[in-house]
Amino acid sequence: MKIWAIFKKEMRLYFTSPVAWVVFTIFLLIAGYFFYSIFAFYTLASMQSAMNPQMGRDLNVTDSVMRPLFSNISVILLLLMPLVTMRLFAEERRAGTIELLLTYPVRDGAVLAGKYLAALALYAIMIALTLLYPAIVVYFARLEWGPILTGYLGLLLMGATFIAVGVFASSLTENQIVAAITTFGVLLIFWILGWSADYAGGTAGKVLQFLSLLEHNDSFSKGVLDTKDVLYYLNFTLLALFLTLRSLEARRWKG
Amino acid sequence: MIEVDRLTKNYGLVAAIRDVSFSVAPGQIVGFLGPNGAGKSTTMRILACFMPASSGVAKVAGFDVFGQSMEVRRRIGYLPENVPLYTDMRVAPYLDFVAEVKGIGRSERRRRVADVMDRCLVADVQNRLIGKLSKGFRQRVGLAQAIVSDPEVLILDEPTIGLDPKQITEIRSLIKSLAGQHTVILSTHILPEVSMVCDAVIIINKGAVVAQGPIDTLVEQFFPTSRLEVEIVGPSPAVRERIGTIPGVLSVQDHPAANGAGRYMVEAARGRDVRAQIFQLAAQQRWELLELKRVGLTLEEVFIRVVAGEESTEISAETTAEEPTP
Repeated sequence: MKIWAIFKKEMRLYFTSPVAWVVFTIFLLIAGYFFYSIFAFYTLASMQSAMNPQMGRDLNVTDSVMRPLFSNISVILLLLMPLVTMRLFAEERRAGTIELLLTYPVRDGAVLAGKYLAALALYAIMIALTLLYPAIVVYFARLEWGPILTGYLGLLLMGATFIAVGVFASSLTENQIVAAITTFGVLLIFWILGWSADYAGGTAGKVLQFLSLLEHNDSFSKGVLDTKDVLYYLNFTLLALFLTLRSLEARRWKG
Repeated sequence: MIEVDRLTKNYGLVAAIRDVSFSVAPGQIVGFLGPNGAGKSTTMRILACFMPASSGVAKVAGFDVFGQSMEVRRRIGYLPENVPLYTDMRVAPYLDFVAEVKGIGRSERRRRVADVMDRCLVADVQNRLIGKLSKGFRQRVGLAQAIVSDPEVLILDEPTIGLDPKQITEIRSLIKSLAGQHTVILSTHILPEVSMVCDAVIIINKGAVVAQGPIDTLVEQFFPTSRLEVEIVGPSPAVRERIGTIPGVLSVQDHPAANGAGRYMVEAARGRDVRAQIFQLAAQQRWELLELKRVGLTLEEVFIRVVAGEESTEISAETTAEEPTP
């Protein structure tokens, strides 16, 4: 299977170069710090509520630790994922290796699929490493696994979208910095669109809210699995991948 | 095996190649010659299906490079000019990846990769990172990836550039050994290499084909005469005149010599051997004949004549150098 061959090659490149290791380290460092500070704050709150039972009524470890953690992790991803995806096509163009890759008997779609899935797999491994945090929490308190499961599903879907946007930006240029900045810019714009939804009001407000990357992730971490949100991420991903395929094919046609 | 018909490629308003037509028979090794920027790489990129032509048709193994690109790509091995390789991969896994993408099954792959590493003399470095290899090794890894799938057609853009003389000889004999079952089109700057390796040449200049055919035919076509270099001690005007009267001799010219003796360049009609007559003439006149030798007309001279015309000295110096400066 040729997709598998490309996938293996990309994974090998992530792990033989320092990229994967550096990204994992930095990600876990920051995510770990966030987890520590949220968990420590929760510990303080629960100690205070032990003295004041009124306060403890709304205290819920899933809602107060895992939910903010998911939202903090998505901010790290916003900054980190463009750096993971930027090399996928840009580096091949700069080094000229794309000239060989695209003259091998393999379809553009297979090249794209192999590369996309490799980045997605790397991302999935990275996210899986954060399972350490709920494992620590569950040692001290009782967790509801439902919202955690949907929370991770949300992260996975959102990451899939980030990677698709990153792959598209990478296919447009041979400069990795340009690819990273473009990805970051597009993601950030879709991230902050929702902020103006409140005062835009009316239909415009609704549209803005619906387009926001952040808004759709929120319900996952609440434990709500809405087809609207799932479809949003899937559509966003497929559109970006479709555009990438077009941009790859354009090179074959441009006389 | 390769048919190119009126191929044109424009980059914006500039035409990189114009109406290039040639064909290569199966099993042939063809040299693709031309000065820098003549359009060699452009033509090869089109043949390798990396980019489309603006107009014209190119067929490899009977398949159109544009319309049936996948069929063509299954049948070619391509080595681009600057040998782009994944510098962060090791040699053996890299070749295994290439073989897999080229659709070779797992069991076959192991054998092929080992075989191709032996043939291209890279087995000793198979566990090294490609980025840490010397230029010569990288070149050979590039060649290895081109031939790993045992393709019918090989498109090699400057396969021996950057190699040391021993490696050049090894790669040349490797390419020569491919003749017969494989059709090879290779571009190069090194003209003696073409005479050694290739059956035929295509010379391209400023985007257009200026000469093509077997090397001997080309030499005859561009130089319908044969040449002799003669060194004789004797009165110069008399020598010139008497040699000129030998039947078949077309012209006699002074040729600068280091010592006192006169050197002459004798041009005779092709197919007439006038050496015996010159010897007899010298003996009869009691001139001392110091040297009498045939000067082989080489591809180099053909190249210079068709590409550079008369103002050739500067260019001939460049084209004979092993590694011309870009």
